[in-house]
Amino acid sequence: MLEVWQLDAAYGELRALAEVSVRVEPGEIVALVGSNGAGKTTLLRSIAGLTRPRAGRIRWRNEDLGHLPPHKVVERGVAMVPEGRRLFGHMTVEENLGLGAFTRRARGERSASLARVYEIFPRLAERRRQRAGALSGGEQQMVAIGRALMTRPALLMLDEPSLGLAPRVVEALLEVLATIHQTGVAVFLVEQNVRAALGLAHRGYLLAHGRVVGEGSGAGLLGDPEVRRAYLGPLALER
Amino acid sequence: MTALAQQLLLGVLLGGLYGLAAAGLSLVFGVLRVLNVAHGELIMLGGYGAFWLFDLFGLDPFLSLLVVMPLAGALGGLLYAGLFAYVVRLGEEPRIRTSLLVGFGLALCLHALAVRLFTADERAITTTYAGRGIPLGAIVLPIGRLVSLAVAVLLILLLDAFLQRTRWGQAIRAAAEDWEAAALQGIDVRRAYTLAFAIGTALAGAAGVLVATGYSVSPAIGLEWTLKALIVVVLAGLGSALGTFAGGVVLGCAEALSAALFGGAYREVVGLLLFFCVLVARPQGFFGRP
Repeated sequence: MLEVWQLDAAYGELRALAEVSVRVEPGEIVALVGSNGAGKTTLLRSIAGLTRPRAGRIRWRNEDLGHLPPHKVVERGVAMVPEGRRLFGHMTVEENLGLGAFTRRARGERSASLARVYEIFPRLAERRRQRAGALSGGEQQMVAIGRALMTRPALLMLDEPSLGLAPRVVEALLEVLATIHQTGVAVFLVEQNVRAALGLAHRGYLLAHGRVVGEGSGAGLLGDPEVRRAYLGPLALER
Repeated sequence: MTALAQQLLLGVLLGGLYGLAAAGLSLVFGVLRVLNVAHGELIMLGGYGAFWLFDLFGLDPFLSLLVVMPLAGALGGLLYAGLFAYVVRLGEEPRIRTSLLVGFGLALCLHALAVRLFTADERAITTTYAGRGIPLGAIVLPIGRLVSLAVAVLLILLLDAFLQRTRWGQAIRAAAEDWEAAALQGIDVRRAYTLAFAIGTALAGAAGVLVATGYSVSPAIGLEWTLKALIVVVLAGLGSALGTFAGGVVLGCAEALSAALFGGAYREVVGLLLFFCVLVARPQGFFGRP
């Protein structure tokens, strides 16, 4: 469904991605893990159209995404929950969600989408009239995910959704992602929380210094001695 | 006392125009983070539009709003595509600086063009109702300026309703807050920016029409109106059309009061003094968000 082939990206002289190839099939949860600065965010931004790759191809349902502006990528069913949530803090929860249904395709199903989001996140229904900026971190992440669901995606990409959240909240979040996946949305999850991400995912990629250095099933990568040493050592467990 | 009341009334009437003049500048600055210092020249062009429509075709200035505003909006779209779209691509810091340069250049061009096309003469629209007023006790309500104020209020309310309630109004607000997040919702940010700039220019055109109706227009008024609009934007802060309008009325009243109390020479000083005080004490403005 999504196929990234030999992608190169750079910020000025700084090379962020080198010959990165990943794919996500329908019905999959795929995790992309790696340390800070490995290029995970750059890869998501490239797919979303926010960063122009230098070389390589991004195929989505037999179409090239590489040259489309971000709003066209959303129209085609690829949604992204950006790192740090990036809500419209001055607007209410419901206004934020409503903006997710901006495209013509999503607008037609606005009320059904909204009902679904409130079903997944009952808390948001209670807070719908509140300013998004006034919510707790976990609630803000719900709004960010809900807003992305409002775009009616076939693929949901999330950039570090667990960042800054309490372990209990992260657990609830992962459950929600499993629920969303069950409704037929493929999930591409970028995480520093390696254990949680690989535990949930069918497949995973390990990114280091802009290159894919490992790939396999989620459980397989979790058991990989290299991964265990680098990401799940005593330091990683403290997170 | 009567003289003071009359001055204050005129201050409110003029302040409404300040508010309208500032609304367009505030919208463009708030959304695009571009300071268009040619805003006053766009007001000047709107004034000439109304003047010539009246002079050549006898079109009532308030009706000419229906012609001038769409034309000004279209001009705004062209200016955005031809000039400011390139400025917007820059990062936040160089963007403001570059927009000042581009704006000054544009202001000079428009000023020179106006002198060449329309001569430097001062022009005013003299309608049959221009000199008439409604006596209210000891003071007089000038009809033309009163209608101007009503038009300004109406336009501000329409702008506010557009930004708060319509789909593209929300898109513009979203793009103002975080353009990347807006793009990720499927909003065509370039279109939202173009629309915001065109609306800002249309509002400048409308302000110009009202200026030519109640006061006068010449190629040189641009800088003065840019300055007034800028003071109001600082006074009111960004993010609220109604707040901007209120800021305009505050400035109009303050000018009128100081002129009445200390003499006409102090009219301009007060605006700049307010500007300075607000920048020091409350940089986000009265109604703005920090």
